[in-house]
Amino acid sequence: MAYRLGVDVGGTFTDLLLIEEETGETHRAKTPTTPTDPSIGVLDGITKVCDVAGIELADFRHVMHGTTVATNAVLEKKGAKVGLLTTKGYGQVLQVARSFVPGGLAGWIVWPKPEPLAALELTREIPERLSARGEVLTELDEQAVRAAAEDLKALGVEALTISFVNAYVDGAHERRAGAIAAEVLGELPISLSSAILPEIREYERTLTTVANSYVRPTVARYIGNLEKELVERGVDARLHILRSDGGLMGTEQAKTEPVNMLMSGPAGGVAGATWIARQAGYEDLLTLDMGGTSTDVALVEAGTPRIGRETQVGDLNVRASSVDVRTVGAGGGSIAHVPELTSALRVGPESAGADPGPAAYGRGGEQPTVTDANVVLGYLPAGLLGGEMGLDVDAARAAVQTIADAMGVSLERAAAGIIDIVNENMFGALRLVSIEQGYDPRDFALVGFGGAGPLHANALGSLMGSWPVIIPPSPGVLCAYGDATTRLRNEAARSFIRRFPHTSDEEVRDTLRSLAEEASAALDDEGEPQEGRTLSFQVDVRYHGQGFEVPVDVEVEEFTLASVSERFDAEHTRLFTFALDAEHELVNLRAVVQGRRTTVPAEEIEGGGGDPAHAATGTHPIWVDGASVGATAYARPQLWADDRITGPAIITEMDSTTLILPGHLGEIDRFGNILIRPAQA
Amino acid sequence: MARIIETGQRPAPATDIDVVTIDIIENALRNARYEMDAVLFRTAMSPGIREQHDEFPLIADPQGRMVVGQFGSFIGGFLDNYHGTIEEGDVFLTSDPYSCDGAVSHANDWLVLLPVFREGAVIGWSAMFGHMTDVGGKVPGSLPTDATSIFEEGVIIPPMKLYKGGELQSEALALVLNQVRMKEWNRSDLNAIVAACRTAAKRLDELCGRFGTDVYLAVLDALLDRNLRAMRQLIQTTISEDKLTFTDYIDDDGRGNGPYRIHCTMWREGEKVILDFEGTDPQADGSINFYLNENMFKMFFGIYMIMVFDPQILWNDGFYPLVDVRIPEGSLLKPRYPAALSCRTHGLGRIFDILGGLLGQRQPDFLCAAGFSSSPHLMYSGYDQDDEWFQLYQIGFGGIPGRPFGDGPDGHSLWPSFTNVPNEFLESYFPLVIETYETVADSGGPGFFRGGNGVDVGYRFLEPGQISIHDDRWFTYPWGVNGGVPGARSTKYLLRTDGTREVLPSKCDNVEVAAGDVLHYVTWGGGGWGDPFTRDPDLVAKEVLRGLVTVEGARRYGVVLTDDGAVDADATTALRAELLAARGEAGVFDFGPDIDTLRATCQEETGLPAPIAPVFARS
Repeated sequence: MAYRLGVDVGGTFTDLLLIEEETGETHRAKTPTTPTDPSIGVLDGITKVCDVAGIELADFRHVMHGTTVATNAVLEKKGAKVGLLTTKGYGQVLQVARSFVPGGLAGWIVWPKPEPLAALELTREIPERLSARGEVLTELDEQAVRAAAEDLKALGVEALTISFVNAYVDGAHERRAGAIAAEVLGELPISLSSAILPEIREYERTLTTVANSYVRPTVARYIGNLEKELVERGVDARLHILRSDGGLMGTEQAKTEPVNMLMSGPAGGVAGATWIARQAGYEDLLTLDMGGTSTDVALVEAGTPRIGRETQVGDLNVRASSVDVRTVGAGGGSIAHVPELTSALRVGPESAGADPGPAAYGRGGEQPTVTDANVVLGYLPAGLLGGEMGLDVDAARAAVQTIADAMGVSLERAAAGIIDIVNENMFGALRLVSIEQGYDPRDFALVGFGGAGPLHANALGSLMGSWPVIIPPSPGVLCAYGDATTRLRNEAARSFIRRFPHTSDEEVRDTLRSLAEEASAALDDEGEPQEGRTLSFQVDVRYHGQGFEVPVDVEVEEFTLASVSERFDAEHTRLFTFALDAEHELVNLRAVVQGRRTTVPAEEIEGGGGDPAHAATGTHPIWVDGASVGATAYARPQLWADDRITGPAIITEMDSTTLILPGHLGEIDRFGNILIRPAQA
Repeated sequence: MARIIETGQRPAPATDIDVVTIDIIENALRNARYEMDAVLFRTAMSPGIREQHDEFPLIADPQGRMVVGQFGSFIGGFLDNYHGTIEEGDVFLTSDPYSCDGAVSHANDWLVLLPVFREGAVIGWSAMFGHMTDVGGKVPGSLPTDATSIFEEGVIIPPMKLYKGGELQSEALALVLNQVRMKEWNRSDLNAIVAACRTAAKRLDELCGRFGTDVYLAVLDALLDRNLRAMRQLIQTTISEDKLTFTDYIDDDGRGNGPYRIHCTMWREGEKVILDFEGTDPQADGSINFYLNENMFKMFFGIYMIMVFDPQILWNDGFYPLVDVRIPEGSLLKPRYPAALSCRTHGLGRIFDILGGLLGQRQPDFLCAAGFSSSPHLMYSGYDQDDEWFQLYQIGFGGIPGRPFGDGPDGHSLWPSFTNVPNEFLESYFPLVIETYETVADSGGPGFFRGGNGVDVGYRFLEPGQISIHDDRWFTYPWGVNGGVPGARSTKYLLRTDGTREVLPSKCDNVEVAAGDVLHYVTWGGGGWGDPFTRDPDLVAKEVLRGLVTVEGARRYGVVLTDDGAVDADATTALRAELLAARGEAGVFDFGPDIDTLRATCQEETGLPAPIAPVFARS
């Protein structure tokens, strides 16, 4: 028997999912996350899940791990003390940034500017310079590099970034400077911009590389501990880390390029949703992962999540490929308020967080949140988390009453208003990934997960016209599912700015081939067999003169510039309603290599006759469309395949609650998914 | 007066709307506006639009009142001045400030307007204008400092149909494009603007489909009314019936005259606020006139008022009846046709300093220092080594003023959504190397909150060509407030290959540069906010380490550092006491020296002759 283990470290819980590779039989465990050293929680969980499954630690082959350890270092501002070497004259590249001030006209009056990730006092300018064509204008001053490294060492930097102007054309100066710095700094991690992001735009490249340095010591320490402990406990499995783009990478790569795992958590959710929905027969999806403080949405086309070229974590926006997840500050803890001046109802982005949390949690929170509105409307019955935590209904009502008073409406109307607004905010994010990218959301199913997703997904399905709405079983362990079922992935990219007449089909093909080799090396290192690998290529194209590019998928052997022109024009028309009679230009070339696709089947549940009455636990009043109606409550673990549930209904399980609105029908499929559709008239 | 041809009947606004629907539609309109930006940035070609975002979107109700945007509506002015029909499928284009009451204020801004039809009736408008890198005329970039009439400033497009019933009027467009130097940029930027407007139109149609046109229209009324009510309350509680005045200057006209005075008086009568520019200098002979649209100024006023109270509000025209803007005919801000207008950017920037200075006087806690120099421009053009014409138009940035909420960021933009152009981009597209890109230590005015530092950009030109410069605040200072000190003034100089150093005026055209010449384009610093002698000495010391303030500059905060960079506490206490005694009680504003003193010291301090007080032929 061969097992693979998915491990997802979330903010509160570490979820583990053990899958038997042949049968798809699963075993789960959940342990509290141990924030100071998350590897402790992981190891506890591994022991626990092995006990549950009755297997030995030595029995599994693969450990797939999604972790927010890098993300948290950024969000909590607990990354390394980063030293930065720049070209002379560019020391303030992060201070000036792109000069952008958010917030519209007069936004500068109130904008709090974040501090640079590498402090100015730890930045040193080095005499050296390349031209945009790669000619050396000024030789590298090696003495200056050495002096700077010694200086920064004395100041106690924990990681170093070297980012020189035009290094995307040629990284020779960076590499030489890196070698000299290493002589001074020894084991201290050094990141080169030409290695992390060989792309034009000095600010973005520098920031991305500094972000890499910023999380590198934390990530390296964490992964190192975990590997060591696994070996000590007799686990003989390869550890893989989930990348932001939804693929897996080996631990060596994760330790040197951790900037590629900043979105590891959300990517796990999207991967899990993709996998479970594929089992249910759906490959075109919108995913809605609603948590306590924010919601992540993404689009999956033909079973493949759309990959974006940017990663956003808090204030930090870096150029690293990641699942194109858009985040809105809309979650269960989002706070509603009514500014006195305008009497408008605003929800979020401020959040009550986990502590004190919504008023209903009874931990001293008094501000009205989305969760409180859900409680007032009866959508969240008193026993949240399978009865582990009681809900303080009175506190929720009192909190929402403040909104009702400020708006001059009834308590229930105010609560419904809060839900409408938060749904609208998520609707906006879903539109960004679908309609605004030229997709018709009616062609997509909507997968709702995360703590609060199943409560809101039906309403969002209605707004988007996306059916069915899919609520996977145990939405909480979906990320671990994603971790366990995804595959190795690596990409290599290069700026290649050429107008079409200035290059040739052959030159592009050669470059793509060498990128493919480069990308494949990481899989070779992981011992991934050649067999079953897939190789894909993308070229970023624009009209000469444009500032943004559109990625076009290509094949290397059949590649011709002529066909790319045509396809780019078509894509440009689809996205922006017009094409131009202008010269085309290549910007970046990219090769993506993926390992074998896993064929783990999903576990099936027992079938029944279609009548869910056996799982009903009673009726519960809920407020919908301005009136109180009785909703039937069901216990999800008791539901059978083929059961058909007529809304209004509330379905509870350990880690979430699903709401089926009146006029909708929920069907349980053989994998335990709830598929919600409008009831036929 | 335009005639709108509708084949259908627009439903009357619904009488009963749900309060939450108002907030939902407000949110959807905001999303539509950001989607307009996104479409434009991704498809435009000129760096000015696609990288720097020199553009302004708008969505209006059927009557033309702005429901989303930031420059206020100009649809009314357009309708008054256009004499044809308006039909479904029409898209309008204009760049003539005199035909749209200054909605666009120079010919570089191309304005696209699109009536949104649903079931045969107009349910709204979308519009957007963007700054074209070139619109022809006597100098590359089309901002001739020496123009004395608009006829020298390139092609002036009267309001015309770019699309007629959905058909592109290609000959008219060809006629226009034949006048400009960078046809491809204009063509694709224009395409991008039209695509952005169409996107908005589509979204309005979807909203009407989702909520019903009657509800949609009623919500727009409610949104307009919400702004009206909010502003009524704000005006009542914050604006006095006593008259307040504020004066600031445009330093010169690029022809040796200046400074030009802009003067505004503000007071309240009942629920109305009056903003009167009486006392502003008459129009200039040159091109620094700023044709200020009254509605646009109302919008600026409203946004500055409301920013602090509900930053999430969607600004609209609803409060317009509460504001009365009076601008004297024939003044710098309302010049008579056909006065030259191209270099109006200085006036546009300066009125924000005026607004800040007026509004903050009675609420020192919300008062910000000065920093709106303008938006400094650089043009560089010529032929590259392949004999291809190149033409750069770039906007620079300086220091953000010290603010009641913190330091002014260094080298950041006061304009919404503007960004700098990556230097690697510039180097790969233009024959130049940017040798330095750094802020200037001590250029931000000292204060409890420091003004942002200006930026020193060193351009080494690789091909012979010509440059133009448009900037201001080289003669008067970006003032400080509440004890804060003025920021440093701007300066530009060329280091020629023969070693000579040549100071350039802040406004100039046709400056020949040779391969190897280096231009240092140094922008202004923001004024300081609050008493610098109360700033945390350790923070001052840290900023010295960061290279943002020098050891000598730290003394302007009364902070003395030891040789190893630490604060010398005793020496600091002593120096602060000494400086405080010398200064005495600080006033609300610190403008720096008066105009006469500035003139006397001009040559010595700036390397340029003092401007001569302008003489006005007619007033």
